[in-house]
Order: sequence, then structure tokens, then C-alpha cells
Amino acid sequence: MDAPVRWIPYWSPSATGYAAHVDTLFVGLLTCSVLVTALLFYLLFRFAFEYRAGRAADRDHRIKKSWHWEISWTAATLLVFLALFVWSARLYLQAADMPANAVTVYVVAKQWMWKVQHAGGQREINELHVPLGQTIRLLMTSQDVIHSFFIPAFRIKHDVLPGTYQSLWFKPQRAGVFNLFCAEYCGTDHSRMLGRVVVLDAPRFQEWLTQQAPSETLAAEGERLFRANGCSGCHGAGGTVRAPALEGLYGRPVPLQDGSVVTADDRYIRDSILRPRSQIVAGYAPVMPPFEGRLSEDDLLRIVAYIKSIAGETRQPQ
Amino acid sequence: MSARNYLTEDTRLRSWFFTTDHKRVAILYFAGITFFFFIGGAAATLIRLELLTPQGDLVTSDVYNRLFTLHGVIMVWFFLIPSIPNTLGNFVVPLMIGARDLAFPRLNLTSWYLFMIGGLITLYAVFVGGIDTGWTFYTPFSTMYSNGHVVVAVVGVFIAGFSSILTGLNFIVTIHRMRAPGLTWHRLPLFLWSLYATSVILVLATPVLAMTLLLLGLERFFGVGIFDPKIGGDPLLFQHLFWFYSHPAVYIMILPGMGIVSELIACFSRKAVFGYKFVAWASLSIAAFGFFVWGHHMFVSGQSVFAGLVFSFMSFVVAVPSAIKVFNWTATMHKGWIRFDAPMLYALGFLGLFTIGGLTGLFLACLAYDVYVTDTYFVVAHFHYIMVGGAVTAYFGGLHYWWPKITGRLYPEYWARAAAILIFFGFNMTFFPQFILGTLGMPRRYHVYPADLQVWNVLSSAGASVLAVAYALPLFYLGWSLFFGAKAPTNPWGATGLEWQTPSPPPVHNFAVTPKVIRDPYTYRPDGTEQPQNA
Amino acid sequence: MPEPAPAFQYATLSQQHGAARLGMWTFLATEVLFFGGVLLAYVVYRYGYPSAFAEAARHTHIAIGAANTAILLTSSFLVAWGVEAAKQGFGRFAALLLWSAAASGLLFMALKGYEYRLELSESLFPDDGFAITGSVAGGARLFFVFYFIATALHALHVAIGIVVLAAIGARARGGAYSAAYYAPLTVAGLYWHFVDMVWIFLFALIYLPGRA
Repeated sequence: MDAPVRWIPYWSPSATGYAAHVDTLFVGLLTCSVLVTALLFYLLFRFAFEYRAGRAADRDHRIKKSWHWEISWTAATLLVFLALFVWSARLYLQAADMPANAVTVYVVAKQWMWKVQHAGGQREINELHVPLGQTIRLLMTSQDVIHSFFIPAFRIKHDVLPGTYQSLWFKPQRAGVFNLFCAEYCGTDHSRMLGRVVVLDAPRFQEWLTQQAPSETLAAEGERLFRANGCSGCHGAGGTVRAPALEGLYGRPVPLQDGSVVTADDRYIRDSILRPRSQIVAGYAPVMPPFEGRLSEDDLLRIVAYIKSIAGETRQPQ
Repeated sequence: MSARNYLTEDTRLRSWFFTTDHKRVAILYFAGITFFFFIGGAAATLIRLELLTPQGDLVTSDVYNRLFTLHGVIMVWFFLIPSIPNTLGNFVVPLMIGARDLAFPRLNLTSWYLFMIGGLITLYAVFVGGIDTGWTFYTPFSTMYSNGHVVVAVVGVFIAGFSSILTGLNFIVTIHRMRAPGLTWHRLPLFLWSLYATSVILVLATPVLAMTLLLLGLERFFGVGIFDPKIGGDPLLFQHLFWFYSHPAVYIMILPGMGIVSELIACFSRKAVFGYKFVAWASLSIAAFGFFVWGHHMFVSGQSVFAGLVFSFMSFVVAVPSAIKVFNWTATMHKGWIRFDAPMLYALGFLGLFTIGGLTGLFLACLAYDVYVTDTYFVVAHFHYIMVGGAVTAYFGGLHYWWPKITGRLYPEYWARAAAILIFFGFNMTFFPQFILGTLGMPRRYHVYPADLQVWNVLSSAGASVLAVAYALPLFYLGWSLFFGAKAPTNPWGATGLEWQTPSPPPVHNFAVTPKVIRDPYTYRPDGTEQPQNA
Repeated sequence: MPEPAPAFQYATLSQQHGAARLGMWTFLATEVLFFGGVLLAYVVYRYGYPSAFAEAARHTHIAIGAANTAILLTSSFLVAWGVEAAKQGFGRFAALLLWSAAASGLLFMALKGYEYRLELSESLFPDDGFAITGSVAGGARLFFVFYFIATALHALHVAIGIVVLAAIGARARGGAYSAAYYAPLTVAGLYWHFVDMVWIFLFALIYLPGRA
């Protein structure tokens, strides 16, 4: 397990393996910077002293042709920059690449609080309880303005936008309580839009889950909404209108009418509920009404959770 | 010295407000930006006072949000962007190229009026209740949720934008068409190269800001929905448009500063700038590449991973010419005959602060590290090192350097050196702790903050009080020198530029006879004596 | 006729002309980027909502748009002819041509105003009472946001151009221009051609989608 960097003074310890890599990158950058600054300041002070007006010094044989100096330091700079770019880009790609075994937690941001929903139906405000060592994927959206989900100890941050889903993952390696900040200015109480991320070891987390005692899971709530909003009338097993089956849909490729193929991820499902005609599935008529403005972000997430929960099922033949 | 000059030619007040003399317009701009500098500075003082304690007990959150918005809007658009080009640039461009005025003198005055009208409208927005969006005006907060006077402020900035465009246009045409005989492109002083590059950005980037603000204003006023996610509009589109201007705008602020530093280091090292052509073309390449890096403000905004990679790469590329300049300035001092007058102290201060600002810029260009520290105090510290440590320090350096030319008086040298040193230390005390705050994860624009971060905030605020005194000092001793300073000779620094070949202060149309340029800039002999460009 | 003296800051008249031309080209570069901002918004949204944009574009009045295109193209031709005529000393004829071009501009504005009236009566203004409903409503609204902003800005440019052409025409009639001095003509001409070109882009983006 990656140990948190503790030997840099005033450094805030990291709490995930990824964060430890970010810290190493920081140390690398700091080393380069200190070296360059030291060299530059040494030269500045030396020239300032040696060639100050009035001091006898050898001022003959000044460098007249500068181009080979220019080429060398340009090339050297470019090479160092390239190395830094590759280093940081690889780490960024690692962060962008969502692990397969992640557990999804749903986050809705609003002025000025974080609403969290777990798959088991547990809900929290301004708190996020997660089990140690489990990869967590956050599916986040905002009800109003742009916010940004920032956990300094994990060295991660992502803006939370209205009208779309953004995701972010982390794998906590250290139990404890960590700060959660809103990092994108969002109005009056921006600086009070704070929360805590509580990382518990597995038994304690189970204990916490059961203490919350939710009445039903997120998917079950989603299924209720699925019926209440009339979705099941067409997409359900006994549907009267011909509509695509949603069992086994999540994560699969979907052929569209215009010939393109998209993956049925959370964003696709969200967009298809709100603006069904933007992406018509090949072979179906565009008859579904748009649900734009008729569902709250929380409810929408529950329906998405429901459709996700039936990803492993197949439609019973009628 | 009793010859008539541009200051004594006509002393009635209306002769100032209807002047088309570039030197007088420059003075008008000096008055304008100094006014705005102290307003923006007052807001900064209140911000630093508030952050002395973590609880947020001096002002309310709404007031705090209005303070940092005011500070940002005023400092960016009404101080930093016009600071060097419109004051020092306006004054010395025609002098340096041996012209009688800018190409379009009346346009130049129009530009000042637009600037002042825009500034006063923005101030009006502040007095009727303020703006709480931050200087970045991000949608949908600014369009649908803000309770500030967004539209008024946007109108003010929009108008000031046209002032920028007109100035850029004027400089481009002037530098192209009005150069004295013999003054080829590669004989131009480097300050002019940097102003030319700046003008290109002013002309090409500012209109995009104008359009962005227009869309923002219409959206807020009529609710047409162009950035409204509810009807399918995209708030990120606003950020793309905004940063397409606002990133190049950073180069509008720093490029002229780099130009001044080139002048200062050459003059006070008594040596030609090392790698003149590389420094000159570095300005233009910064201007060109600067248009393709805006997305590095949006690494966590939800833009695609691919876009993140491209913008990160381009950000490293645009840093190369800046690094080249720093190396060349240092090499210029090698085997020089170095004097440490106040302008040179400012130039050296610039080198130190700009280097730290530039290196921390690399941290931010690194994708994975930027994800961590973006929107924290690390970013705040970084851009203050560039814009204040870099641009404002260079502005003060240039102001002292050309002060004898502008006013015809010498400033008190020891006071000036004391101020330069005080600014350097005060600045580092204020902003270096903010790097540490950023690496500890303190988000920017926070009115209340976790108590364990207080010590760094107190240090920063203490530094700010030193900095405030240091910035006020020049106001007093420069003001004193206007009346009691020794009369300045034509060429007090023994510099080579054409502006030093005409009396201080210059006559109305600058030169009695149009100068003929016969050699490169910065031609100094090894013993430190100068060879003017035209003699 | 004596050649007019250059303004005080210039050494020669040709330097002054060069500065005026370069100034206008620089200004046009600014204008390109200005319109570029709103065109970018159009491209992004048209890419995002292709069917809504096609649907919305079918609600525009292509006959008026086409007529306006013809009018502006003709006016540009008149301006080019007028500039040449003035240069060669035919001041009165040049004035006639330039004023005709200005009149074409007025005709363009009148048609544009009539078109706006039609659209307002068809509830195509993008507010809550917007006429196009259903799942393309959002995208169609964005199209009309673009339509009104872009055409209004263009109309503002046309209005400025009309005033400039009228003034230049009056001075041409007074014999102010000659083969030696014609910079204001060139500059005004450049501006008018630019306004014309913007319209050609707008025409293609506004009236043609969904009509192939």
C-alpha cells in the first residue's frame, strides 16, 4: 500500500494510492523548479556582483553569436517540458479511466449543500460514508449552478454541472474523516458548502449501512417512479406501444436511427428520458414525450439507478 | 529648459480633455488607472483583513463575494490591461519610432473616453449594490442565480473592451506605417515588439469577449436561454468563449511588462539584449500560441479528456518562449557594466517573481496536478506572481525609467530604491504563503475557511500591509518630484532609444526634425558609453 | 485641383492612405472575431441539435432572405463602381452610385424589419411563448436566439454602413476625391463589402438548413 507522503513539511497527507502518485509528481515538479530557480538566481547574483559598474572585470570577448545558446536552451526546456507533460498526462489518463468494479454513489449538488444517495437507499447530506479499499464511483449532477466536488486528501476534483452527469472515482486507502469542499464559486454561501468524507473499514461501514435503515433501495424507489410516471406503460413487459426493452440495456451499445452507435451509459439514459427525440433507437418511432422539467434531479437519478439495476436481466418472452 | 513642451503648450483644462497629443492622452490614462488601482487595492485590503480570521466576521458573505468580484473586475479590465500599453506605451511608442504622434490621434482620445465611461459604469454597478459573480461571470450563476448587478457591470466591461480594441488597432497601424526612416523591424526596441504582439491579441481576442458578454447580457436580461441547460444550452460554451479571450488577456498584461524589462536590462547593463531576434520573435510566438491554451482553465470542468491533453501540451509549448526570454535577460547581464538604479531593481525583481510565477505555471499545466490545485489558492498565488509580481513590477520599473522623460523631473533615487525593495519583499510575503495554502487544499473565493489554515492567512495579510505601504510610497515621492525634483536632462540614463534624443519633456510634436535611424537598438561600447540609434 | 496636405502626424499622403487601409483591415479582423463568437455558438448547437436546427430553419422566410441577399450583393457592386468612378473624377455619378447603394441598404433594412414582424406574429421569438414545441423545442429556441442576435448585429452594421455611404456620397458629389486622394472611399468600401460577406454566411446558416 502506498504510504502517504509525510516527510514534506506542511504537507497535507494523502489518503489514496492515486493521491500518492500526485504527490510524487509534485515532488518532481518542485525539484525541477528549485534547481532552475537556484541556477538562475546564482547567475543573476554572480553577474550582478562581477559586472557591476565600476568594478574591473574582463568584459572582452562578449558572446556575439547567440544562436547555438538559444537552440540549446530551447531544446533543453522543450525536452524537460515534454517529460513533465507525459508524466502528468499518464496520471491524468489513469484518473480518467473508470475502474470496472466500482460501486456507484449518487451526488446531487445544490446551493449550498451536497445530497448523497447510496444504492441501498441510504441518504446523507454534506457527508459521504464509504468503505475502506472499495473503489467508489460518484455520479454527480447539479440542481442549479456549477459546483465542484473537491476532496483535498484524495487530490481529486471535478466540476458538477447542471443538466449533465459527471463522474469521478477514488479508492480510499486510509480510514478517517476528510474535508469535502465546493471548489467552484457558487454564490453567497460557497465557502459554507462543506462536507466530510468518512472512510470506514468494512465491518464499521456495514454497521453504518444498517443503522441508516432505509425503507427501500434506490433501485426500488426508481422502479416505483418508473411506474408512477407511466414509463412502464410502454417500456414494461406488457407495454401497449412498441418501445425498446430496458432490461439488459445499461452498458450495452445501442444502434441509433442515424446509423451511429452509442453506449447506454448514465448520460445517455438521462438524455433519453429528458429529450427522447435527440437519440432515437433504430427501428422505433419517435413517440415518447420529453420529460424535461418534469422530474427532479434526485428522482432522475433513482430511475437511472433502477434501469442500471436491471442490466443483468433479460425480457421474459411474452 | 524654458522651451515650450507638451505640458506647457496650453495649460487650460479643456486643452487636456480635448487633446489628441498621445503624450497627454497617456497622462489622462495615468490618472484613470491610478484611480482604479487604488479602488481595486482598497477591495484587496478588505479581503486580506477579512481573511485574518477563519470565521468570516468582518463582513457578510455577500459583501465578501462583492469585494473579490470588484477587485477582479477593476484590476483586470481597468488597471492591468490598460496599465502599460495605454500609459507608457501611449507615451513612448511614437517617440521610440521617431513619429510625431500615433496614426490615429483622435481615436486614441476616443479610446480613453470609452475606458473611463466603461469604468464609471462598472463603478456605478458597485455603488448600487455590487456584483457577486466573480470576475469570470460563470453561467448559469451569472445569468439565472446571481442577485448582483450583472448586466450593468457587463455593459461597463463591454464598453472598455472597445477602448482596448481601438488602442490595439492604433498601435498596429502606427508600428507598421509610422516608423522613422531606417528603423527596420529588426532595429525596433523590444518594448515595441512586445506592444505589437500585445496589440494583435487586443484586436483578435477582445471582440470575442465583447460577443461573450453580449450573449451573457442578453441571456440575463431577456432569459433567451443560450447558456441555459434547461432548454439544452451549454454553460461550458460560455467558459470556452470567456477563456478564449481571458487567457490571451493574461499575455496582454505580461507581454508589455516583458518588453519594458528588455529595455531596462539592456540600458542598465550597458549591453545589447542577448539574442535580440529570439526575444523579439518570442513575443509574437507567445501571442500566437496564447490563443490555443484557453482550455487549461477547464481541466476539471467536464471538457473531454482529449481536449485536456491537447490544452495541457499547448500550455507547455507556450511556456517555452517565456523561458527563452528569462534566459536571454540573464545572459544580457553577462559581461555588462551593471548599474543598480531603481528601474533596474524593479527589473531584477521582475525576473525573480516572474520566474517563480512561470515555474508554478508549469505545475498548473501538468494535468494531474492541476486537477488537485485548480480553484485553490495555488492558482491565486500563481497569477498574482505573473500579473502583480510580473506586470505591475515592470510597470513601476518603466514608470521610473521614463519618469524624467514624461515629467521633465528626476525622482528621488533613494526613496525609489527603498520602494522597489519593499515591494519585492512585501509581495513575496503576501503571496508565497498562498502557494502553501493552495497545496493544503484551500479553495479560492472562500469567505470562511478551516481554522488550521489561519497561520498562513495571517502571514499573507501581514505581507499585504507591507505591500500596501510599498505601493503607496511612489505616489508620494513621485508626486513630490513633480514640484521639487531636479530638472531632467534629455538623456538621464545614457540610453540609445530615439525617445532620449528629444528634450525632456518632449515638445508637442516630439521631434524638431524626424530622426534618421542608422543602427540597432542597445548599442553600448564595452566601457558603458552609448551610441544613440540615430547618431 | 491641389493635392490635400496629409494630416500632421504623417510625412506623405500615401503614408496616410496606407495607415487608413491597414486600420480598416485590422478593424475587419476584429469584426471577424466578433461575429466568430456567435458563429461558434451556432456551430456548437447545430452539431448538438441537428434536427431541431433543421426544423427551426424551415420556419424562416427564405424568399425575404434571398431577396435581401440579392439586394446586398447588388449594393456591393454599386459601391465598387462608385469608388472607381470617384477616383476617376466623376464625382456626381459616384454620388449617385453610392447613394443607390445606401438606398439598397435601406431596402434591406425595411425587408428585414418586415421579416421580424412576421416572425414575432408567428411567436418565433425565443421566450416562453415560443411557437415550436415538442422535443425539438429547446434546440429550435437556440436557433432563433442565434437568428435574432446575429441578424440584429448585422443590421446594426448595415445601418452604420448606410450613414457612411451617404456621407461619402455627399463628399464625392462635392468633388472631394481624386486619383490622388481617395482613402476614405476605399475604407468605406472595404467596410461595406465586409458587411455584405457576413450576410452571405448568415444566409447560408439561417435559411438553408433543412431545405436541401
